[in-house]
Amino acid sequence: MSQHVVPLRMNLIIFAALMVLLLTTIGAAYLDLGRGNLPVALLIAAVKATLIVLFFMHVKYSNRLTWIFSGAALLWLTILLSLTMSDFLSRGWLQIAGK
Amino acid sequence: MTATDAVTGLASQFDDLEQQHETANLGMWAFLSTELMFFGGLFAAYTVYRNLYPDAFIAASRHLSVMLGAINTAVLLTSSLTMAQAVNAAQLRKRREAIVLLLATMILGAAFLGIKAFEYYQDYREHLVPGSAFRFEESLRAHAQMFFLIYFLMTGLHAIHLIIGIALVGTIAYLVRREMSDDRAATKVEITGLYWHFVDLVWVFLYPLLYLVDVHK
Repeated sequence: MSQHVVPLRMNLIIFAALMVLLLTTIGAAYLDLGRGNLPVALLIAAVKATLIVLFFMHVKYSNRLTWIFSGAALLWLTILLSLTMSDFLSRGWLQIAGK
Repeated sequence: MTATDAVTGLASQFDDLEQQHETANLGMWAFLSTELMFFGGLFAAYTVYRNLYPDAFIAASRHLSVMLGAINTAVLLTSSLTMAQAVNAAQLRKRREAIVLLLATMILGAAFLGIKAFEYYQDYREHLVPGSAFRFEESLRAHAQMFFLIYFLMTGLHAIHLIIGIALVGTIAYLVRREMSDDRAATKVEITGLYWHFVDLVWVFLYPLLYLVDVHK
């Protein structure tokens, strides 16, 4: 079960999707989306990362403990970024429109 | 009783091969979690400074080549494909195919580093390396320097990881060439693959965050 072999076809599909997403992220960067450019770029990167983690890194086929380990990494990164930014945002150090 | 069974490759502390395999995988995931924290600090620094100095980040990002960054992303994604297929070949005990794919992965990794080195050289020629020789539009100079400091730290740390990755993949290719009969060789290829994909994963975020800051402006 844990030794799941991901077939070549599946790897090629994931690779093709990653390449399309790369072109999408470049294309989207040249569009004026106002404040939306960064969220769109991050969303595309997150989709690419999810594909890599689930298929290339076999997490989709791994046991629950692997899900917890990889999820824990993401959780701690979220804490790191959100607590840091909540501090900066709440002290009014950043120039935020309308503030 | 710390011996490893010569036939199956099962170490005595494990119940069966499956448990041994899962333990190796979990160990690598635990390591990669700490790696994510390592890079996470730099991503946090990036987030703070991009919000503090948005104009300088846009102006500084324009000095990076969108094209070279895109080519490098494609090179690295391709290396992830060859690595994923190397894992596949190792699991199916296709020794020759696994070695060829591991070598291809190393070559693609080296190609990435070559392009990156060329970019660094260009940055150096354009006086974009932080320090006394740093040259930039006067009003944005200090803050643009912060962008380039973060750029060099993040891409440099990433490049170091890639160099380690290439050495690891080479070592594993040698081990596979020497001995591929038992379960452990496939597991080694697999967890090396996890590391390689992680390095690719970091670049997937670095590319849009460093090279594509509001390029439409």
